[in-house]
Amino acid sequence: MTVMMDTGNRIAAKAAVMAKPEVVAAYPITPQTTLVEAIAEYVARGEYKGEYICVESEHSAMSACIGASAAGSRTFTATSSHGLLLMHEMLHWAALARLPVVMCNINRVVGPGWNIWVDENDSISQRDTGWIQFYCSSNQEIFDTVIQAFKLAEHEKIVLPVMVNLNAFILSHTSMPAEIPDQQVVDDFLGNYVPKWKLDIENPTTFGNIIGPAHYYKVRRAMQDAMLNAKKLIPQITNDWKKASGFFHGDLLEYYKCEGAEHILLSIGAIGAESKTAIDELQKAGHRIGLARVRVIRPFPTEDIIKLGKQADLIVIDRNISIGSEGALFNEVKAALYGESDAKVTGFIAGLGGKDVTYKDIETMCLKALKDKVREQQWYGLEG
Amino acid sequence: MGHLHSELREGNMVSSKSLVEICFHGRGGQGAVTAANLLAAAALQDGNKGVQAFPLFGAERRGAPVRAFARISGEEINLRSEIYNPDIVIVLDESIMDIVDVLKGVKDNGKILINTRKKPNDFEFSKKYHVATVDATGIALKYNILVGGMPVVNTPILGSVPKILDRVTLRSIQNVIQGKWTGKKELGERNVKATQDAFDQTEVSA
Repeated sequence: MTVMMDTGNRIAAKAAVMAKPEVVAAYPITPQTTLVEAIAEYVARGEYKGEYICVESEHSAMSACIGASAAGSRTFTATSSHGLLLMHEMLHWAALARLPVVMCNINRVVGPGWNIWVDENDSISQRDTGWIQFYCSSNQEIFDTVIQAFKLAEHEKIVLPVMVNLNAFILSHTSMPAEIPDQQVVDDFLGNYVPKWKLDIENPTTFGNIIGPAHYYKVRRAMQDAMLNAKKLIPQITNDWKKASGFFHGDLLEYYKCEGAEHILLSIGAIGAESKTAIDELQKAGHRIGLARVRVIRPFPTEDIIKLGKQADLIVIDRNISIGSEGALFNEVKAALYGESDAKVTGFIAGLGGKDVTYKDIETMCLKALKDKVREQQWYGLEG
Repeated sequence: MGHLHSELREGNMVSSKSLVEICFHGRGGQGAVTAANLLAAAALQDGNKGVQAFPLFGAERRGAPVRAFARISGEEINLRSEIYNPDIVIVLDESIMDIVDVLKGVKDNGKILINTRKKPNDFEFSKKYHVATVDATGIALKYNILVGGMPVVNTPILGSVPKILDRVTLRSIQNVIQGKWTGKKELGERNVKATQDAFDQTEVSA
């Protein structure tokens, strides 16, 4: 074991290289650039021996990963914001073709206006593509989640692509220590990728050919079943990694001081980490409030949310907005509770465009939720 | 920023767990971000479990005022937001103080470390804050630590930090500097000597 004191991007690159993908294909974009540069450095030093393909766009990056994965290779890529959006068609393709590509996405604002700071609209807008989606809150969690992502993606009961999201700059460019296990620990945990099928010139077959409505309907159902399997297997895989590495950051959610709580805050990403300090302060002031940090939004942790709704009233902070509707987490939390719990759910939009969200802001939102009876989602901190 | 592999040294465990927040002011190209990273890495070696270093997120330009931040704590740090109320301010370029209010938000008992040839009491605000001064530019010139002909002050000034913060040792600062310049050992050694000079020459107001 060594301790690596470095940025989220460079720690993600370390994890990706230690997973030994046979193919990495990537195109640089701020603030993902230092991640793929770090992988290029591993190539230059001879420490990464896979195929590193520099492509001409993100659409091509995902296409190259799809081709390599279909040929039976473990594959990795990374992108951000407009890069992710340019991949959109191929995100659907990778998932429908049931290819276990692993990708880091650095959550960055979508333009215009041009802005390189954090919000989560880029990945939230890709929820329906069939990718499993994780959101990290620390550099240690980034390392551990990238390793977990390969295990999950390639599991025979899942075989779906996995997106590991980290917030722009707040995580991608912030140095924090992460414990890096020995290579053998990662090798033993992941094993080799053994595809159920692959493109093979010795045994030519075609995939993705024309199919009629009845069969296509079954393809979609199989994807849904795989996602539901992932929901059951994420707790198992995160616990297996805990045994192997000592690290656990929650399964679908991470619970923080929820025991006896009458209110539970739900938040994502870096705000999820900052929320812990807010909860500490609110508890010191005598409030019975806890935190459930949402790590996974696809598959959506419906059953866990229902349990929370039966225990407490819920407060949701979204760093995204589905324009014309609501923040995605607020919307989906209420949908999960329908017919199961009549807990009050209070929703806030915060931090769009990279506007800083401090623990004091989070405390203010929670205190407002404790008092107010407002049902509509509120925009926090629009002034200033 | 290169790799900073470091081992946690259990023997050096610091007693205090409280959070220290540090803000670096400099100009683009002076290495404020590197300084923040090196300081956080050194603090980790000194047994502070929670350390963090990050730039002010934005478009940096050479010569323009920039900020970088470091947090040091005995416990894991959950904060991810910017630092608004620093305990310590480190000014890499004295001329910044004409255009940036480096004292903005500083805690009442805050400490200000300035790269200058002046003395702490030459600064009016030394009546309110602890001020430490060191001629880091002179030290960089003495050891020929230059990039593009300009003196690099970010590593020398780190040698002054243990004079105002007991959570990080000069030895750990020198360790991480040597670790950063493993490929250029001689340059690394000059940087280490510069931190020693800075440590010895730092003056702190009463």
